[in-house]
Amino acid sequence: MIITHDLTKRYGRTVAVDSVELEVREGDRYGLLGPNGSGKTTLVRMLLGLVFATRGEIEVLGRPVPKRIQEVLPSIGALVEGPGAYPHLSGRVNLTLFDAAGAGGRRKDRRQRVSDALERVGLAGIDRRPVRNYSLGMRQRLGLAGALLRQPQLLILDEPTNGLDPRGIREIRDLLDELNREGTTVFLSSHLLAEIDAFCTRVGVMDRGRLVLQEDLSSLRAPTGRVTVGSPTPERVVALLDGRVEHRDGEVLTVRHDDPGALNAELVAAGVTVTAIATERRTLEQVVLDATTTSSDRVEAAG
Amino acid sequence: MIGVELAKLFRRPRTYVIAALLCALPLTVAIFLATTRIPPPPGQGGAFLSAVLSNGALYPAAAMALVLPVFLPVSVAVLAGDAVAGEASAGTLRYLLIRPVSRSRLLVAKLISLVAFVLFAIVSVLVTSYLTGILLFGVSTSSAGVALPPDVTSLSGVTISPAGLALRLLGTVAYIVISMLGVAAIALFLSTVTDSSLGAAMGALAVLVTSQVLVTLDAAAAIRPYLPTRYWLAWVDFFRDPVLWRDIERGAGIQLVYLAVLLGAAWANFLTKDVAN
Ligand SMILES: Nc1ncnc2c1ncn2[C@@H]1O[C@H](COP(=O)(O)OP(=O)(O)O)[C@@H](O)[C@H]1O
Ligand SMILES: [Mg+2]
Repeated sequence: MIITHDLTKRYGRTVAVDSVELEVREGDRYGLLGPNGSGKTTLVRMLLGLVFATRGEIEVLGRPVPKRIQEVLPSIGALVEGPGAYPHLSGRVNLTLFDAAGAGGRRKDRRQRVSDALERVGLAGIDRRPVRNYSLGMRQRLGLAGALLRQPQLLILDEPTNGLDPRGIREIRDLLDELNREGTTVFLSSHLLAEIDAFCTRVGVMDRGRLVLQEDLSSLRAPTGRVTVGSPTPERVVALLDGRVEHRDGEVLTVRHDDPGALNAELVAAGVTVTAIATERRTLEQVVLDATTTSSDRVEAAG
Repeated sequence: MIGVELAKLFRRPRTYVIAALLCALPLTVAIFLATTRIPPPPGQGGAFLSAVLSNGALYPAAAMALVLPVFLPVSVAVLAGDAVAGEASAGTLRYLLIRPVSRSRLLVAKLISLVAFVLFAIVSVLVTSYLTGILLFGVSTSSAGVALPPDVTSLSGVTISPAGLALRLLGTVAYIVISMLGVAAIALFLSTVTDSSLGAAMGALAVLVTSQVLVTLDAAAAIRPYLPTRYWLAWVDFFRDPVLWRDIERGAGIQLVYLAVLLGAAWANFLTKDVAN
């Protein structure tokens, strides 16, 4: 769906995006994770033909971008760095104008399309108030409705949950989930790890313009070869599993072991009470911390 | 896309506020003239003003002469300067482009909506000032026709038929639209360069003011014929008998050259520009 090769964008001396090799496959829920300023928005803008790359190639839906961007865009719905709307007009009029601006989409069905999109994002009941009076969350939903007008094959969403409350975030996640199950590929960016963790199946990590990691989340979350054990008598566990306990934190112990079932049987056979037992997996947070160097909004003194 | 731009233009209160302000100026002047009956000396205080006291039907022409030098170009510069930069800073430009609307089509639609605005503004001024003229000054001549004012024609006593007057007004409108398109082209070009609407409008106005100053400066006589505002008032020649075409033709020609060059520059710039805000 999206492939980039050596994609680079410079603004003067800043390298906003640096030799990125992105690969988003059909049906993916791809999460682009990175702190503010790591180049996510710039990357998204290049994918949509808004910003022109300094170097490198982009292919979206099998066509070269920006050369054939006009053929690609009708199948894409996108949200780029916050929603944009005409503040003195109502949400419905805004969507109608945007719908009319694009090619395709029959005039006859326009009202219906706009209503459907508004309904999908939970704005079915909006009145004639101008967008000027909308909350940030409502604007974000309106932007999303704009992205859904043409039932896109590919959604490219830059920070889609900005400005939403926890319930709103959940609703949008459910909506994206539904769209993805209907066959829409979702590519979203976020600086919030939890958000990507909760929704995505594939993750790319940006760090100061570079894509430092790109993997399926399932393989990132591989077992670490350890098991965490909870027991009200941790010293007995330590005595029993002499040398295999790697870490102890109150009543929770980390044991080097591959099979929680076998370990449980061993502990119970020895008469140890086990309150919890689970395979330890790498967390996305740990993966990200390992892959990135330093927070990009830190400004260190030279020397 | 053109329909969308027109909808945006005419759904915006701003459009009507500007048009109302444009209409208010001739109205104010008319009220003062009608109550005091003190005519400006011929040749001063705006073309036609001394003539309208005796014939209200000429007031639309006088109104044009009032709004043209400053008011109309300022409003065109403000709207054209906002055309692209305003969409960029409101964040709507990127959403239009990914709709997708091709950048060339967007620019053409913007230009057409500016023409629509100029026409709307001029027609508003003509209609309101015609009514003002008739109401406040009355029509002196009977159905015989309209006497051209002597300070314009330098031929007193020449009369033209109402149809002739309408035709000359039509020519005036066309000429002013072309002149204002020159202004629009300057501001539209700047609007693709900067993301600040105000900056683009100010830039265009700076060009016009400079041009106005140089037009009156004898030391700048060498470049005078090429200044964008040099022939702005040439539409007055539509009210001579016979119509004096020389300046009208030159003025229109210069505006078309400016239009072609600046729109070309705007187009080239916009097509290769990063939309990064
Ligand atoms: N139009 C621009 N001009 C100059 N620098 C820019 C521009 N846009 C982004 N940058 C720089 O590029 C880097 C990446 O920015 P951005 O893509 O917005 O990151 P993110 O979306 O991950 O927060 C930042 O250092 C930012 O300052
Ligand atoms: Mg961003």
